[in-house]
Amino acid sequence: MLKDITLGQYFPGKTVVHRLDPRTKLVLMIAYITALFIAKGLFAYLFMFAVLLTCLTISKIKPKAILRGLRPVFIIIIFTVVLNIFFIRGETILFKYGIIEITAEGVITAVFMASRLMMLIVSTFLLTYTTSPIALTNGLEKMLNPLKKIKLPVHEFAMMMSIALRFIPTLIEETDKIISAQKSRGADFETGGLIKRAKSVLPIIVPLFISAFRRADELATAMESRCYHGGEGRTSMKVLRLSPIDYIALLFGAAIVASVILLGIYTN
Amino acid sequence: MPIIKTEKLTHTYSSGTPFERVAIRDIDFEAERGEYIGIIGATGSGKSTFIQHLNGLLKPTSGNVYFDGVDIHESKHHTKEIRTKVGLVFQYPEYQLFEATVFEDIAFGPKNMGISETDLKERVYEAAGFVGLSEDFMEKSPFELSGGEKRRAAIAGVIAMHPEVLILDEPTAGLDPRGQAEIIHNIMNYKNSRDATIILVTHNMEEIARNVDKIFLLRNSYLIDKGTPAEIFSDAEKLSSMGLKAPTAAIIATRLRALGLPVKEGIYTQNQLREELNAIKTKGGANA
Ligand SMILES: Nc1ncnc2c1ncn2[C@@H]1O[C@H](COP(=O)(O)OP(=O)(O)O)[C@@H](O)[C@H]1O
Ligand SMILES: [Mg+2]
Repeated sequence: MLKDITLGQYFPGKTVVHRLDPRTKLVLMIAYITALFIAKGLFAYLFMFAVLLTCLTISKIKPKAILRGLRPVFIIIIFTVVLNIFFIRGETILFKYGIIEITAEGVITAVFMASRLMMLIVSTFLLTYTTSPIALTNGLEKMLNPLKKIKLPVHEFAMMMSIALRFIPTLIEETDKIISAQKSRGADFETGGLIKRAKSVLPIIVPLFISAFRRADELATAMESRCYHGGEGRTSMKVLRLSPIDYIALLFGAAIVASVILLGIYTN
Repeated sequence: MPIIKTEKLTHTYSSGTPFERVAIRDIDFEAERGEYIGIIGATGSGKSTFIQHLNGLLKPTSGNVYFDGVDIHESKHHTKEIRTKVGLVFQYPEYQLFEATVFEDIAFGPKNMGISETDLKERVYEAAGFVGLSEDFMEKSPFELSGGEKRRAAIAGVIAMHPEVLILDEPTAGLDPRGQAEIIHNIMNYKNSRDATIILVTHNMEEIARNVDKIFLLRNSYLIDKGTPAEIFSDAEKLSSMGLKAPTAAIIATRLRALGLPVKEGIYTQNQLREELNAIKTKGGANA
């Protein structure tokens, strides 16, 4: 079913990672990704991997959920690996056939690239799996607040984002329902040529659009009747505040980035 | 042989995720040809999940569904064939309308079945007739119709496939009393003229009390009771403890009995109650 797609999906929980302020997690994620790009050499990579593994363990994210999340980007990873193996030329030739040449350097680079890519993606899971979309948008809005000074519509962006996030599951559910209903009327979405298939989407798209517009209309009315008038003077029910664990986590983050830089200097 | 039968039917949604939820458990169900069956239960009890198994839209997590004694998941081809024999009208079916005209929309199902152009017209008009939509509606856009008319057009879209079993998921939800009565009447029409099997999902007891032969009662994913309306509605208290309401006539009969009036058991429609009270009155008059 469509519903089973992991779409930046949030797994509710009560671990330390779940309780961190969304801003802390955002900053830490950015720090981690930066560190990934600074990291050079086997030791630095192993260190980054250990950090990630520890965080995943603490946050109690199931390996199954990670694998499922990685599935859509698997092709990109394979593509990167293949590209690196075949196009990086080095000294130690492992295999040669005509113009195809595989070198040890190429293989090593490919492995490093693939693991960097995977660690990067999994580190974003650490954020999206443990933070509810609403908390995430709140955090983003708060962080981007200074940009309001230069007249950027930060609040409106955040509102649009949270509405979109809020309605993604609803629309997926609705699509599921419409597909089932049309299947009950003998609709066939699986066989036939390109034109037939393109045509078979109509019975899904038309009702879906109609209902999306209806929902948008209803939501706008509901917001207006509750006096929504944009971000000015608006306060939050849940005020984000950094707690001691946030400061500790940020400190750890700084230490990790520093270690990676030091590892880089030391190993050279 | 029952036309539809399920054995230990169980369905789990989002299996293996934190959102895992068992929607129905070990449901044993049977419908004979030509029977009118009611499925009742509070919201979330698993009614919609259950009926989506009967035409193969959902695959059981465990258990089996049989149509005429054959497992409906025996082959892919067979499952598809079952979809035309077991017509399923979803809740709020008006949201699945999509064609430019009512005619085209009703014709969608039969066209998918490969019905020829000549037969098609006949089928569509006949189906529209069952739900009381006159020919004037045929060339209108479905989106111009009123809520009740849309609903009826959508039901006609399933009826036009001539299903042997017609399943309707809360077909009267959100309609005014008159619209509700009309739809129940339309369903009865279809049943009588084709000797079809009807499975009606609802939590409106009044509409079920008058028509159905058998009731299945779902609660929290379990099938907790089945029987004739007289059997099911005899215990008004039990129903209300489940968040359901027995038909008003059944409640009144229970109360009167509690007050010491000799009202007999198994009364659940207004007519039965009226007759019973009249009988008591005459008897009482004779005694006096
Ligand atoms: N597509 C779905 N994904 C996950 N859970 C679902 C889905 N559909 C229904 N459920 C859950 O299964 C249970 C039974 O739902 P449903 O069959 O719709 O009950 P009813 O029709 O009696 O209201 C509910 O708890 C509901 O939340
Ligand atoms: Mg339902």
